[in-house]
Amino acid sequence: MAWFNELLVSALIVIGASFALVGSWGLVRLPDLMSRLHAPTKATTLGVGGALVASMVYFLAGNGTLSVHELLITLFLFLTAPLTAHFLAKAWMHSQRPGDLPQPAQRGWSTFDAGEAEREAASDQPRPPPLSDACGSSASPPPASPSSP
Amino acid sequence: MIEYAIHYAYVAISLGLLFNLWRLFAGPSTTDRVLAVDTMVINVIALIIVYGIQTGSTMYFEAALLLAMFGFVSTVAYCKFILRGNIIE
Repeated sequence: MAWFNELLVSALIVIGASFALVGSWGLVRLPDLMSRLHAPTKATTLGVGGALVASMVYFLAGNGTLSVHELLITLFLFLTAPLTAHFLAKAWMHSQRPGDLPQPAQRGWSTFDAGEAEREAASDQPRPPPLSDACGSSASPPPASPSSP
Repeated sequence: MIEYAIHYAYVAISLGLLFNLWRLFAGPSTTDRVLAVDTMVINVIALIIVYGIQTGSTMYFEAALLLAMFGFVSTVAYCKFILRGNIIE
């Protein structure tokens, strides 16, 4: 049984390290940023996941107690990896010129819609008062009206 | 057997860190560099966990968890700075 545990831990460590290496190699190899965003997802999901499961099995076999720290790290990384990828893609799209992005079929990219809606709203209504004035009076300032007393 | 696997993991993850460092210096846009730093943080977390297995100590998981949190927060702050030119508005 100890032999099987050792084999399992070694296999998980090797799989995790190989996937971390493949993810980093993909970061070098892939042509543009939108493709390169795929590479750290592999490194997170299988690389760190394999190492964490390996350490969980190792300490379960060694101490006889299940440690939950690894599950916390796994949960945190799996939650934050899509968020960082989405945020990086958004930052990259907003740094491109409008003609460089491929045009979607039906309507434009939704990440640019909020800016257009804000600009339309700003052009319709007068400018709101600066935030420093509103902070002292009340927690939630009323909307600015042009005929205020 | 675990010793050999751990040494292989050290070599593979360090090679991955070198690849990330190359992307960090050569990346054409700022977003590439931020992505390289994010991947470096993930690789260092894997390195810390493998080192914890080698020493047989559970003390290193706190360090790994802290590094995961710092990596996420710093990546989001960098992206926010690229997007808006400001982090806390």
